[in-house]
Amino acid sequence: MDLMEKNLELIEVQKLEGHTDRVWNAAWNPVSPILASCSGDNSVRIWEQSSLSRSWSCKTVLEETHTRTVRSCSWSPSGKLLATASFDGTTAIWEDLGDEFECISTLEGHENEVKSVSWNASGSYLATCSRDKSVWIWEVLGGNEYDCASVLNGHTQDVKMVLWHPTLDVLFSCSYDNTIKVVWWSEDDDGDYQCVQTLDESTNGHSSTVWAISFNAAGDKMVTCSDDLTLKIWGADISMMHSGEGYAPWTHLCTLSGYHDRTIFSTHWSSDDIIASGAGDDAIGLFVDSKQHDPVNGPSYNLLLKKEKAHEMDINSVQWSPSKESRLLASASDDGMVKIWQLETTP
Amino acid sequence: MVSGLINENPIVYEIKERRDVRAYSSNTDELSVDAIDQLEVFDILFVCLDIKDPEHPYSLEQLKVLTEDSVEVDDSKSRVRVTFTPTVEHCSMATIIGLCVRVKLMRSLPSRYKIDIRVAPGTHATEAAVNKQLNDKERVAAALENPNLVEMVDECLSPSFE
Repeated sequence: MDLMEKNLELIEVQKLEGHTDRVWNAAWNPVSPILASCSGDNSVRIWEQSSLSRSWSCKTVLEETHTRTVRSCSWSPSGKLLATASFDGTTAIWEDLGDEFECISTLEGHENEVKSVSWNASGSYLATCSRDKSVWIWEVLGGNEYDCASVLNGHTQDVKMVLWHPTLDVLFSCSYDNTIKVVWWSEDDDGDYQCVQTLDESTNGHSSTVWAISFNAAGDKMVTCSDDLTLKIWGADISMMHSGEGYAPWTHLCTLSGYHDRTIFSTHWSSDDIIASGAGDDAIGLFVDSKQHDPVNGPSYNLLLKKEKAHEMDINSVQWSPSKESRLLASASDDGMVKIWQLETTP
Repeated sequence: MVSGLINENPIVYEIKERRDVRAYSSNTDELSVDAIDQLEVFDILFVCLDIKDPEHPYSLEQLKVLTEDSVEVDDSKSRVRVTFTPTVEHCSMATIIGLCVRVKLMRSLPSRYKIDIRVAPGTHATEAAVNKQLNDKERVAAALENPNLVEMVDECLSPSFE
């Protein structure tokens, strides 16, 4: 099905109101129709979809734990745990007990604001990053115990986001220092995490703060977005890594520029290959592979649609739902709203 | 005696008579959306000129940190850019001043406005670094959760009674 040939529209399904300050992040539960959002109001809201009416409502508010802005949230692969990263320097782990959530652990160690948290594919590791320039890797032990496995100090500035690769235990981080760093476990020197690659301006990288990273389902491509107003697509031969032949470096494939005229804060690659972007120009962009096989210049991407004024203020987060039923997208904004959108073909 | 001030002897300028473009309620410095159809340079400048310097009992206007040329506005696109001139090239107060201007504008302008703050090109030793910090929304948000910093900013933004 070629999306470019259809008349597609991003329809607003529902507006979720409740947060009393900007919403920084929204995260879909991987297994249930649940959405988590976190805010400058120091709380996390859990929204659930009613199986009867199909509408979303706020099931519970996680408050009185973080004492400052909650900057990002991330569900464990099982969908049972939610990690929340806060400007108060801590990362809280919450367990969904059915009618309520309980904070089962608090990860401390960062010297100042924690910006992002990510679970690896198997849920055995967590990573966090902070304005203290470091990335911490935590091992998930039994009995609600979390142990710091490694502290990485490669970045020279505030680290904005961490993300584990979807299939390999390779960790990616992006920063105010304009670079993306790739880290993986090496058995040399008694075994530790090593930075195996840095994607910077010299390798066609970004020229300003990199705010977010997202992988395609296969994990052989990734998209990054930046304050330099571009999105960049990167690729790697990960079959090489899967077969144990060593590290396969990431290379720049394509740069998407001219679509947003303000900082692009978030990007997310859907399981059916649509890249969403959310920016300070209050717009959501959707991009797809042009499918033009250019042997010289490599892949290229086209704008599928741009939803102007998707929100009244900056968009901080865009996330595709993992649901196979329909193409749902969540967006979170400085205007205090979370919106759910559906990508539909218009008759 | 070392007083610790960045700029011990700031040049204080005489304020020229301000053009009275619109009538404002003296009780509030909030720009009412109803009263103003189209924000122009002077509307925005008006709310910024009184901001006090963090170190001296003078306004940013008196120290020529902000002038008539400081503000560029495109109301149709809801964009504002304020360019300020720190009094000294190595001024470490530059980020505080920039933050004060941003906070004043955030409190005064309709929320649809996108605000960019920068130091006048060539007037600061670490211009790019200062500009980057002043325009990183997340850094600004975190800074404004710091009570000491908020206190300093509020002090600079508080009205002075002559």
